[in-house]
Amino acid sequence: MNSGNRRGLPGALLTLLLAWLVLYPILVVVAEAARGDAIAVFLSRGGEWHALWASLWISLASVALAAAVGVPLAFLFEWLDFPGRKTLGSVIALPAVLPPFVGVIAFLFLYGESGFVARAVQHVLGLERAPWRLQGAGAILLVHAYSMYVYFYLFTRAGLAKLDASMLEAAQALAAGRWETLRRVTLPLIRPALAGAALLVFMTALGSFSAPYVFGGGFRVMTTQIVATKLNGELPLAMVETVALAGVALGGLLILRHTEGDDILVALGKGTAPRRRPIQSVGGRALATAAGWLLALLLLLPHLTLGLVSLVPYGTWTTEAVPPVLSVVNYQRLFGEPERLRPLVNSLWMAAASTAAAVALALVAGALVGRRRPGRIPWRGPIEGLLALPWALPGTVFAVALATTFSVQHPWALRWVLVGTVVLLPLGLLVRNLPLTGRAVLAGFRQLDPALEEAAASLGAGRWAAFRRVTLPLLRPALAAGASLAFVAALGDFVTAIVLYTYDNRPISIEIMSSLRLSELGVAAAFGVILMGLSALVLAVGARR
Amino acid sequence: MTPFVRLDGVSKRFDTAVAADGVTLEVERGEVLALLGPSGSGKTTLLRLLAGFEQADAGRMIIDGADVGGLSPARRRCGMVFQHYALFPHLDVGENVAFGLRGKKPGGRVTVERQVAAVLALVDLAGFERRRVQELSGGQQQRVALARALAPEPRVLLLDEPLSNLDPALRERTRRELRQLIKRVGITTLFVTHEQEEAFDLGDRVAVLAAGRLDQVGTPDDLYERPASLFVATFVGRANVFRGAAAHALGGADGQIVVVRPEAFRFSEIGIPGVVKERRYTGAAAFYLVDGGRGERFEVLAAPGAARVGDRVFVEATRVLTFAEERE
Ligand SMILES: Nc1ncnc2c1ncn2[C@@H]1O[C@H](COP(=O)(O)OP(=O)(O)O)[C@@H](O)[C@H]1O
Ligand SMILES: [Mg+2]
Repeated sequence: MNSGNRRGLPGALLTLLLAWLVLYPILVVVAEAARGDAIAVFLSRGGEWHALWASLWISLASVALAAAVGVPLAFLFEWLDFPGRKTLGSVIALPAVLPPFVGVIAFLFLYGESGFVARAVQHVLGLERAPWRLQGAGAILLVHAYSMYVYFYLFTRAGLAKLDASMLEAAQALAAGRWETLRRVTLPLIRPALAGAALLVFMTALGSFSAPYVFGGGFRVMTTQIVATKLNGELPLAMVETVALAGVALGGLLILRHTEGDDILVALGKGTAPRRRPIQSVGGRALATAAGWLLALLLLLPHLTLGLVSLVPYGTWTTEAVPPVLSVVNYQRLFGEPERLRPLVNSLWMAAASTAAAVALALVAGALVGRRRPGRIPWRGPIEGLLALPWALPGTVFAVALATTFSVQHPWALRWVLVGTVVLLPLGLLVRNLPLTGRAVLAGFRQLDPALEEAAASLGAGRWAAFRRVTLPLLRPALAAGASLAFVAALGDFVTAIVLYTYDNRPISIEIMSSLRLSELGVAAAFGVILMGLSALVLAVGARR
Repeated sequence: MTPFVRLDGVSKRFDTAVAADGVTLEVERGEVLALLGPSGSGKTTLLRLLAGFEQADAGRMIIDGADVGGLSPARRRCGMVFQHYALFPHLDVGENVAFGLRGKKPGGRVTVERQVAAVLALVDLAGFERRRVQELSGGQQQRVALARALAPEPRVLLLDEPLSNLDPALRERTRRELRQLIKRVGITTLFVTHEQEEAFDLGDRVAVLAAGRLDQVGTPDDLYERPASLFVATFVGRANVFRGAAAHALGGADGQIVVVRPEAFRFSEIGIPGVVKERRYTGAAAFYLVDGGRGERFEVLAAPGAARVGDRVFVEATRVLTFAEERE
């Protein structure tokens, strides 16, 4: 309680700072939306309702598709054994290293109207024009299923790995068949994992911008609708749309959180996981292996496509099925011309700065309210809630909220003109990063044994020395994990950038978009490859123990 | 002689419990004091107050003549061995032991290394400097924790249930080594335990805590022979407790409670009549559970052949302890 008083003031200050960063902009948007007749306009336009409905059903359909792909794969890899299982098991998580926008353009190059697959079909069948157009809801769902099944796959595997073999044997001893055991024991037990994955996919799909932006065509979801309205100059209407999307997100979050329930497996403690059943028949094993590698190839195709297209010099690939010329000229130009390298430099410094700031804020939060201590910790709830809030709202919502809040000069209302300056985009990235670093660092603090810091103190280390010599080294894995996730997210960001960038700080994703507009596919792909490589590298470093 | 460590009316209240209730206690220089009490009686809290991890609500704490109440843990110079050792997992054994030596010693690294080696040798872990703490056995971890606490040459050594994490087979040997080590170093020591045997074996004197209150401080003999309260009498050693008519029969006055140790009973021709219900053989002697009727059951320690199960016997008390009816 003594320490409680001492921590009260810094806690209050941090709460205020976080509230200003993540809550205040949202409130500003709500206030702006409520002004004037924008709400009436919103309600009277059919297009708005269409977009809102589209956002909702696309998100739900994405959950269903991602589950349909990810859950069976998880069972396959967790319960059966076949040659190559280990390698394939990690290849299967590869979509995760593709930043959303890069994934989308890879799909464009692969399955789009003039992509490899369409060209191949066209050639084989001798068609006049491309056999299909990759557009509309179907295209969006395809990309979503590809990039989001990973959540179901990883969550379900984690859930299955925690199962106790004796529990399943008990069910079988009670004369439940294999299917019955699955239905009555296994699925209920991994329900929290499934619900967690569903929530994650729903929120990601609802906030997804890149896929609808590139493939939507006339099909609008709320995120693209907001940006279009804003570009049209109908700012009050954009505010109302933003609030509507935020409402759907919070509603979905509340409903899905409710179904999640407690993780009963944790309460039961860990038994031994069920042993993997080797596939017995030779034919079955060969089939499983072949199917596995085929799947891996399918999953890797976007990455390979990106690599291939990045080697195509400008204007050399017209009607051929495969590009006739390959060279590294795109990369040479990229690294040879400072002006072309600018976006890479911009992305790097903004990702680094926003990540560093997000880590610093998370560390302060952890130091103030993250430690295990008996009794009530003042400001813990508000600080944890504010750190998590940006996760609960789509990126577009925050981008618009920041753009609105920092478009006027009212210092007494803590609002300054930042629109048009290079600091607004990094600020937006910082806000998006807070949940990632916050979650990791707070979890790290929670795992700290308080006795370790006390031991340091009794050995003569002051508060700062104990933090530096004991706390910080012990937090290192959590810091690395949170920082690498945040850095990768910021590096590949498109949603925030498209609303907040200026010419001077245009990031890679924006440059990729302009290159596409100029039909410089090779340059766009080269940027995509660099982004992909950097992401993979940073994630690998962050995951190292 | 003035005491080296003095607690004077120290109190600490948590939201849900009073963990220290006006504790006054003195420890001589070089003395080993055992804090004995059941779980939740405030033993750990008392150590943590002394080490500076908790702030007392009232009272004074004096070490070597100076009030340490306002000092941070880092400046109290109390070496603490935590119940679960709290070894730094990111440092090896040598770095753990050297932790408290940084910036203290002139002469730099070589001196520190020499000192680490010396302290490790003291706890019989010579040459363990570069081992990872995770790969040590429980007993070795305990000794590293001890070495780490002793290395900066603290004024007081505080041990929180130092043996509770060891398996029983190891506990007795470790206890012996711990006693020898503390005596060799000659450091003033407070150590916490909930086991009477440990307290008696290690402590020069034993302080018995109950619900945050200090019931009695004394040598093991004192506590056993002359317990100051019914709680001490029953918590320290085995005891038969008699109330009401039965207490009367054993010579207690009105409203008094009579306590008889099992060895203070003997089978006789006169005294309380009863039937032997159980016999527990321990080698040199046997415990007999005697049913005196009216739900009165008590334990008698006597020679292995003194009675058999089912025998009708008379039991006579050679020595009784009397207490006033317990205050609520
Ligand atoms: N930090 C704390 N906050 C609240 N209550 C505490 C705290 N530490 C100890 N207590 C309470 O104080 C009492 C004494 O605890 P403790 O000193 O740990 O006892 P012991 O070590 O003898 O088992 C217990 O009732 C415990 O629940
Ligand atoms: Mg304790």
